[in-house]
Amino acid sequence: MPKNESLKKILVLGSGAIKIGEAGEFDYSGSQCLKAIHEDGIKSVLINPNIATIQTDTRFADQVYLLPVNPKYVESIIEKERPDGIMLAYGGQTALNCGVKLEEAEVLKKYDVSVLGTQVQGIKNTEDRQLFKDQMKEAGVPVLKSKTVTNFDDAKKVAEELAYPVIIRVAYTLGGRGGGIAHNEIELHEIVERGLKASLVGQVLIEEYIGHWKQIEYEVMQDYDGNNVIVCNMENVLSMKVHTGDNIVVAPSQTIDNHEYHMLRSAALRATKHVGIVGECNIQYALDADSDRYVAIEINPRLSRSSALASKATGYPLAYMSAKIGLGYNLSELVNRITKSTTACFEPSLDYVVCKHPRWDFSKFELVNRKLGVTMKSVGEVMAVGRTFEESLQKAIRMLDIGNDGLVLNRANGKKYTEEEIENKLSHHDDQILYNVAIALKMGISVDRIYKLSAIDPWFIGKIQNIVNTESHLKESELDESMMWEAKKMGFSDKQIARVKEKTPDEVREIRKKLGVIPAVKQIDTLAAEWPAVTNYLYLTYGGYSNDIDVSPDEKGTVVVGAGPYRIGSSVEFDWGTVNMVWGLQENGEKNVSVVNCNPETVSTDYDICTRLYFEELTQERILDITEFENPKGIITCVGGQTANNLTPGLAERGINILGTSAIDVDRAEDRSKFSAELDKLHIQQPKWQAFSNLNEAKNFAQEVGFPVIVRPSYVLSGAAMKVVWSQDELKTYVKEATDVSPDHPVVISKFMLNSLEVDVDGISNGKEVVIGAIVEHIDSAGVHSGDAMMCIPPWRLNNKIIETINDYTKKIALTFNVKGPFNLQFLIHDDHVYVIELNIRASRSMPFVSKLVKTNLISLASKAILDKPLPKIPENKWQKIHNYGIKVPQFSFMQLDGADIALGVEMQSTGEAACFGDSFYDALSKGLTSVGYNLPDKGTALVTVGGATNKEKLLPTIAKLKHLGFKILATEHTAEFFEEKVGDVEIVHKISEPERKPNISDLLYEKKIDFIINIPSTLSLEKYVGMLDDEYQIRRKALELGIPVLTTIELADSFVKTLEWLQHNETTKNPIEPYDVVE
Amino acid sequence: MVGYTEALTDPSYNGQILTLTYPLVGNYGVPDPTVTDEDGISKFFESDKMQIRGLVVHELSLTASHWNLAMTLDEWMHNEKVPGISGVDTRAITKKLRSSGVMMAALVVSDEEIDVEKVKKELAESPHYNSEQFMDSVSTKTEKIYGDDKEIVVVIDTGAKNAIVRNVRELGYKAIVVPWNTSYEKIMSYNPKGVVLSSGPGDPQKCPATIDTAKQLISNNVPTLGICLGAQIIGIAGNTETYKLKYGHRGQNKPCVNLETNQVYVTSQNHGYGIKPESLEKSEFNLWFTNADDKTVEGIRHKTKNCIAVQFHPEAAPGPFDCKYVFEELKKLMEK
Repeated sequence: MPKNESLKKILVLGSGAIKIGEAGEFDYSGSQCLKAIHEDGIKSVLINPNIATIQTDTRFADQVYLLPVNPKYVESIIEKERPDGIMLAYGGQTALNCGVKLEEAEVLKKYDVSVLGTQVQGIKNTEDRQLFKDQMKEAGVPVLKSKTVTNFDDAKKVAEELAYPVIIRVAYTLGGRGGGIAHNEIELHEIVERGLKASLVGQVLIEEYIGHWKQIEYEVMQDYDGNNVIVCNMENVLSMKVHTGDNIVVAPSQTIDNHEYHMLRSAALRATKHVGIVGECNIQYALDADSDRYVAIEINPRLSRSSALASKATGYPLAYMSAKIGLGYNLSELVNRITKSTTACFEPSLDYVVCKHPRWDFSKFELVNRKLGVTMKSVGEVMAVGRTFEESLQKAIRMLDIGNDGLVLNRANGKKYTEEEIENKLSHHDDQILYNVAIALKMGISVDRIYKLSAIDPWFIGKIQNIVNTESHLKESELDESMMWEAKKMGFSDKQIARVKEKTPDEVREIRKKLGVIPAVKQIDTLAAEWPAVTNYLYLTYGGYSNDIDVSPDEKGTVVVGAGPYRIGSSVEFDWGTVNMVWGLQENGEKNVSVVNCNPETVSTDYDICTRLYFEELTQERILDITEFENPKGIITCVGGQTANNLTPGLAERGINILGTSAIDVDRAEDRSKFSAELDKLHIQQPKWQAFSNLNEAKNFAQEVGFPVIVRPSYVLSGAAMKVVWSQDELKTYVKEATDVSPDHPVVISKFMLNSLEVDVDGISNGKEVVIGAIVEHIDSAGVHSGDAMMCIPPWRLNNKIIETINDYTKKIALTFNVKGPFNLQFLIHDDHVYVIELNIRASRSMPFVSKLVKTNLISLASKAILDKPLPKIPENKWQKIHNYGIKVPQFSFMQLDGADIALGVEMQSTGEAACFGDSFYDALSKGLTSVGYNLPDKGTALVTVGGATNKEKLLPTIAKLKHLGFKILATEHTAEFFEEKVGDVEIVHKISEPERKPNISDLLYEKKIDFIINIPSTLSLEKYVGMLDDEYQIRRKALELGIPVLTTIELADSFVKTLEWLQHNETTKNPIEPYDVVE
Repeated sequence: MVGYTEALTDPSYNGQILTLTYPLVGNYGVPDPTVTDEDGISKFFESDKMQIRGLVVHELSLTASHWNLAMTLDEWMHNEKVPGISGVDTRAITKKLRSSGVMMAALVVSDEEIDVEKVKKELAESPHYNSEQFMDSVSTKTEKIYGDDKEIVVVIDTGAKNAIVRNVRELGYKAIVVPWNTSYEKIMSYNPKGVVLSSGPGDPQKCPATIDTAKQLISNNVPTLGICLGAQIIGIAGNTETYKLKYGHRGQNKPCVNLETNQVYVTSQNHGYGIKPESLEKSEFNLWFTNADDKTVEGIRHKTKNCIAVQFHPEAAPGPFDCKYVFEELKKLMEK
């Protein structure tokens, strides 16, 4: 069937801000979908408040609305735009859930909008647990014994029937949110109550537990005519025990045989046909390790994290093809995008093994439980391609950028455990599980025993044994050609080899190259070299002796280094930067622009974007391999966040031409003493600081300027490992830690100025001219990490004089440091004085926000700067003349992280952000808050608990306003006393820690009698760091688990209440964003 | 990545050195060759021995793990006395094969320096693969009977895989497997409801006796299904021509379109020869299936008689089960 000609305009729903379980993969799938629509000459409209994405550039979509993806907003856009069709499968669970609600409310019918791809009934067939079971039975696909319940009593009965342990799954959530394994009734109670709350439909599923079974997934494509194929299958190394999002995943499956592979394949085709999938879906199975018994666990009727991975693992662009199917094409009419001659209706064959490894950021969260289980906790992932499992695994570990060089031979190697300890660790997976398997093997524990404890298939354990064996060979043998090949085929890096041989990595590299042991460049071509393929999608491996492609020596291209895995502090905004840099370079005449990146959830790893894509490690060793192969005129490290930036000095020292700001100038900005000296010359103030290598001096300095102080290693690029310290004891611990991170460089301590404003400036310079993108003001006071702070353009509390000073300083600094490309400056405003905190000579988190609001693509300008071209004439104060307000709001994912506290501090904790524009501050803010999940009630009840007299005083106007708006105020004793006296009519409620005293907060939360909570910890907050106020923590955590908003800063509480007030008299605006101004 | 047990015992690979594109081989080991189903057909193997002459892989997994394994691939090859080589850039070899076509090759392993010229000379003097007569080594010498159902399907064994017999049994018929050169009369003496011409190695022209039998099956309107080599034999019997493909179709991911329904199926394939598309016009057949990638002939249906044939392997093993319904088509012809 060809394209459906009645389609003229299509609405696509995005996934909103990045959260655990919904990350940048949906920028990739959404962008692919928009591209597929655009190619067919159909108009597209996108709703997505995630400003840091490529899809919200107006390149692929005709209209982009930065608005919350909820039924109310989507309906208003449908009414305005009148699309013919809607795509629900490209914006994760957020879009899917929204679509179901729109259908149920008959909105789609009312406006005659047809759902393209899988119909809502098909979505329900997979998402509703009971319906899913029935459907699977009809399709002849076995399912687990289980029962759906809507209350705890029924849950208890079912659990007793099935026998503990049981697994609790929640209907309609993302990333397995709210689910868990209960070993007894107490755990069951906790998880079921939480799950019922998290579920959109108030139901959970109680199911028999099969943690030791294999977890196998298939990605299926099906068209309207019922043609279907399997594009990829995958196996989870950590069995069913761990959510696939947190699992180490290989593609294709490794331990199942032909019979099992095709048994599951056929079942996948039957199941998807029966439920009515049109487009792409993922089906997940549990397969017994001791027989061929299997059950289907779930079907995701949409593009997913797994489908993004499968696209990158095979080279088959699932989202793009799925969108084409949605438009009416059938599979055999579509062409394989890699061969450009064979059909898309085929099943890719792989001649490499892919390993996906999650990236966790547990260390960012105090109190968080690091155990891996059925709830996804990772914030990002990497994908490694190799020709042995060992190579892929060790590559993946390096790609994570967590300081490890592989599975073994790391800097901090050789934790010692007793046999009992290690056995316990093997049976309870945490983020160290594979390292622990290696440790256990070294301790002489048998493969079989490890399998019994860990449920990791012996094949994988055997492969880890190979790595362990190679480590000992390296220790025993000469570093000759055969040893070198063995080590490299087993995925060892030069650094690991250097460590064991007590050489430098450079020496190992030299020896290796002399021995002729160099990696081969291979193509990812979807068909294992069977047909000639003109593909630019590449990886490097030691499992081969010849290159698939040649690069002509006179090509002299450029290489852009991407940002690696998503993590807290480096997310989709750096992918936006990478992709825009590629486009910028191309638009400025660069013919050969290659990209190196290893994150499958990105647009930058779409092989259509660049000349050559290296899906590779962002390590010095690998970048050197690539530059030796490519022989480029230079490489660009300033758009890939801290991972790319950190490579700059090492590469420059080894003769690689860094395009953009020179490594020497980057060093001048990063080295605290040099930076400070330059600022002194310019007469620019900075908070008092000093560098220390000695703890006593540090203590004295801190005493002198007074706590709190900011402590950081003096030379870790990009502001990592910064911490606010409140006491001598803490200082002692931190200085020790920092010396571990960066032993050659001392610690820098600076005064932390309470009660100041923080300001970011994003700009571009070519060394002669400076373009200021915008001055961005943080709404939260300084001390809340800039990544967690709400931000506003234009600034609303800065007077003209301060703005002038900031402009002046920015230009001086950019020119002094010879910036060529993007930079970001952070200022502190205290008592009308402007202080510089730091200069980052690279793309920043806020650049997409600034670029889109000001309609100036800063990265495009940066590409000109990097190529030594003149910058276009941008009016001096363009950003001040825009008619819009833009507000960026952080998105948190605390729900996934058992035990994490939501009070904010200097460590960044948010996983993503949304930004909305509006005619007024509150217009933008109300949409921003809604986008990240705040419910903005027009009446109801607020609970207020505030620590410290100053905070209470500061919050008084807010509470008075709330009262005036008609909200009922509840407060704990001291807080109530204060506000009762000032505003009157405050009801006293009692702490969670005093359950016998009624009315109790705990009961009120469970009974949903509280609409939101204002909980300001004392100061900011001495207690939090010195020892937490457990009761406040309890309130925050419970509220979070029950989905009740908690406002933990005075600024947020105040803005929130003012927004409620504004909404009582105003409607939010719903305008599309305007495209970037064309510059020459 | 899966299916080496099945492929290595598939008589169609008889006499060949097989290179596997997937780099990790042997992961799940090899099951017990002595296990049979209730009819006495080997449960996991496609014939009673390893058919290939040599195996080339990137990495042989010495660690094997599976509930059903009896030995590692290495052990099995050792038992069967079939040589193999690992540590090879199999992707580079694949690329060579795709541009130069299937070729003669030698496997040499030595601690000493290898005299490449000498090996090349020996290779040049060896009998060429195309000239080999395979039927003696792959076809059964005597008739074999499986099952005790009343109605009978005869399978002409030109190198039949066990899966073909298993599928006949699943249809509910007694299967009688006969030698490749069994006469039409002999076959009809079993009073079969239908006949299957099996897959097998090499050039169809090397099976004149089977072609003769096929001609008579067609003219007497005996319900007949041809698979792979069997399809080419039926094609020749019905006035089409066959030719040698450059490097054949081998794999489990080949898309074919059923032109009667316009549905696309993923099929398992292993053939070096095919039916010439342009020779169909003047033949007795209509095109039934076509290859979605290169538009080669994947299935034919006789214009008037009860005869069908497919170039791919509907019996799978290894590969997808999508086209098992081809056997149902045979059943429909037999029940007509």
